[in-house]
Amino acid sequence: MRATGGREAAVGDVLLSAENVSLSFGGVKAVSDVSFDIRKGEIRAIIGPNGAGKTSMLNVINGFYHPQQGRITFKGETRANMRPHEAAYGGIARTFQNVALFRGMTALDNIMAGRTLKMHSSFFWQLLRYGPAMREEVEHRHRVEEIIDFLKIQEIRRVPVGRLPYGLQKRVELGRALAMEPELLLLDEPMAGMNLEEKEDMSRFVLDVNDHYGTTIALIEHDMGVVMDLSDRVVVLDHGIKIADGTPDEVKHNQMVIDAYLGVAH
Amino acid sequence: MASNVAGLDDTFPKLLARNAHLYGARPAMRHKDLGIWQTWTWSQVHDVVRAYAAGLHRLGVKRGETIAIVGGNRPKLYWSVMAAQMLGAIPVPVYADAVADELAYVLAHAEVRFAAVEDQEQVDKIQSVMQRVPRLELMFYDEKRGLRDYDHGRLRSMDDVIDDGRKALADPAVVDWLDKEIAAGKGSDPSIILYTSGTTGASKGVLLTNERSIRAAADTVAFDKLTENDVALAYLPLAWVGDHYLNYAQGLVSGFCTACPESPDTAMADLREIGPTFYFAPPRTLELLLTRVMIRMEDAGYVKGKLFHYFIGVARRYGERILNGQPVPLVGRLLYGIGNILVYGPLKNVLGFSRVRVAYTAGEAVGPDLFSFYRSIGLNLKQLYGQTEAFLYVTAQPDGEIYSDTVGPACPNVDIRISENGEVQFKSPGMFSGYFKDDAKTAEVMTPDGYVKTGDAGFFDEKTGHLKIIDRTKDVGRLNDGTMFPPKYIENKLKFYPNIREAVALGDKRDFVTVMLNIDLTAVGSWAERNNVVYGSYQELAGHPLVYDMLQKHVAEVNRSLAEDKVMAGAQIKRFLILHKELDADDGELTRTQKVRRSFIAERYAPLIRALYDGSKEADISTEVTFEDGRKGTISARVKIRDMKREPAPVMGKAA
Repeated sequence: MRATGGREAAVGDVLLSAENVSLSFGGVKAVSDVSFDIRKGEIRAIIGPNGAGKTSMLNVINGFYHPQQGRITFKGETRANMRPHEAAYGGIARTFQNVALFRGMTALDNIMAGRTLKMHSSFFWQLLRYGPAMREEVEHRHRVEEIIDFLKIQEIRRVPVGRLPYGLQKRVELGRALAMEPELLLLDEPMAGMNLEEKEDMSRFVLDVNDHYGTTIALIEHDMGVVMDLSDRVVVLDHGIKIADGTPDEVKHNQMVIDAYLGVAH
Repeated sequence: MASNVAGLDDTFPKLLARNAHLYGARPAMRHKDLGIWQTWTWSQVHDVVRAYAAGLHRLGVKRGETIAIVGGNRPKLYWSVMAAQMLGAIPVPVYADAVADELAYVLAHAEVRFAAVEDQEQVDKIQSVMQRVPRLELMFYDEKRGLRDYDHGRLRSMDDVIDDGRKALADPAVVDWLDKEIAAGKGSDPSIILYTSGTTGASKGVLLTNERSIRAAADTVAFDKLTENDVALAYLPLAWVGDHYLNYAQGLVSGFCTACPESPDTAMADLREIGPTFYFAPPRTLELLLTRVMIRMEDAGYVKGKLFHYFIGVARRYGERILNGQPVPLVGRLLYGIGNILVYGPLKNVLGFSRVRVAYTAGEAVGPDLFSFYRSIGLNLKQLYGQTEAFLYVTAQPDGEIYSDTVGPACPNVDIRISENGEVQFKSPGMFSGYFKDDAKTAEVMTPDGYVKTGDAGFFDEKTGHLKIIDRTKDVGRLNDGTMFPPKYIENKLKFYPNIREAVALGDKRDFVTVMLNIDLTAVGSWAERNNVVYGSYQELAGHPLVYDMLQKHVAEVNRSLAEDKVMAGAQIKRFLILHKELDADDGELTRTQKVRRSFIAERYAPLIRALYDGSKEADISTEVTFEDGRKGTISARVKIRDMKREPAPVMGKAA
């Protein structure tokens, strides 16, 4: 994909770390005693078979679930019970496994919605849509248009997202997350249900986001090919337990991972 | 008008300077970027192109050299063309969607040292074939996204080149030098090399000169009265002669504004926003638009739907006559006026046609219904005929003389003749000067007395004096009595009926013409539903007597229209049959691009063809078919054959 070299290791300090996180719903242990970290500028994948606790882990990271044990440290600040809007203000954006957009609104409006957190003009001016509110709107619209251009979705700008095919909805959702200008972007199965071409497009966008905006990305994905191509480091979960952590190559040759994916005689 | 074309300069760079002088503050180019239309006036374009040219010169671009232009319709790529011409270098546009292999062929054949490309995609493509284009030294890109980490040893951003040139132009000596370069350009210098698409073998580079291009464009600008107030949307491939002629050459000659769409997919929406006054669309696009309108009308409410269909009916009755300035009863005019307010106006607005003054279509045969639909709602749609070797125009229909089945009389200053074997040959102001590095091919298409062979068979219509193009010369056969037999012409006439999906005409070296038809399952199926015709399979529907009756009417109509032309009257269809199965690419009967493979079909359906010519009323056939999952099976059927009567030549011609 690149002309020269591979992905250079432009990976910096630890951005987020999870330490000994455990989460259970009643008697079901979704995540138990998992620790890993995400470094600035990397693409980090969380993989595992069905029910391994991947989405739970993601929900813990962005404050949707509160772990019974363990701590999440983000940008050096440890918070036991972070709420999703705090995570959003803090610079964490996410997309969902099942697309969660405002279906009746246009692609443009959906992405504009991602800018809400960045709007500062008062309720009064916003009501009038004049003065500071107007200036702000123009400025945000400019940023949104850059994202639209970046994701090449100009032709659907004015289309209600409910009418769009699935692959494009996913792209709009990515656009909305990007509109928040996050430091950490969480992608929950960005390629689920896509055909090969759409997957290739999406992979390219994920790489471009990482490259162009310098965004740190954590993604959950089933498609092993995609994971191995995209990510710098991979965490493997199985039944809520971390069984491996390392570069794609290391993980690929880990016996426990092979067993978890292929099954093993007990 | 006359003022825009009188005393024209002989090169494009000189024209650019003239436009900057005459229309300095008028928009020359628009491009939608980040959702907003950006505008450049002629004087701005002039400045940018001069800076660009100076920058290119500093990188080593010299007179007579070739520069590839690879990408879509973007202002900077048009400016690359202009800047190259300013230095006397020859731009070579390449289709943006050309695969790496084609690209490599053109770049190598044109011996380019430089390439102006749109974005990372094109850079990647060229880099993947670098070994095959050893002469290529440097690429300039427009869109920098994704290219940051690339090795910039052989890459430059166009912005940097332009900035560099702008700085250089601060020195009066450089300004002087550039003015001299522009003045040194001669009309006889090559202005561009356009590579033909290569449907017939390897693509050939058509070499055009400044002077001829400008003279041709000046003729049509005057013909269609284009001025600096007109606007066109450049949405067809940059490397296609149509875009280079209609937008680039005509734009520079007349001073009109060329708008570039935001992205290839937004062209339709951009069309609506820009509201061009000059518009070109191939028949396929027109058909797509119409289908889209019709589908949306299906979903419209009851009142809207009724209103739409009623007034479209009114338009069909009176619209074309009003557009042609023919007499129309007062009631018709009133109804059309109301329809214009309620339906046609809004419809044209949605399609982006509200301000279109002149619209053209060309490239393939256009269905009469399709053609008259657009004309009836008041779009001045006309046909033209041309080719790259002519720098587009050979013929074009003048206002008020529009027929769906002709391509118009010869353009001003174009000389057309029909050779003995029916081939159209022409001599025109914009004629190419030869194929690049291919004198043998050039000699092949030029006659000794300087005419260009088009490879198309055609004839002049007696009533209208317009040219009719019927088929490729090599496909045209002869009946035993010597009558010309153009299979595609007859097939196209048949295929314009929605009920007929495919047609195969036979007749070369035979006594008369016969056809084998395929019904269109969707159209005929819905007809069957409405008329309570019961059928269990495609085969049963195709063999149904009522279906035969319906198609017989279509064939009779085609015969009547053939009878109107003296040349074609002998090629009327005498017998026809409906095939028991659909012709399919999986069975090798069609190419993947849905073209009929005649020789294969002749072999496969030999029993049917024998029956068509030995007078039998029906014939048995069994054919092997390939199912979608790859299994093979056979279909056998008894196919009926119908006879047609010969239609007499009509006494009076039909108008339009």
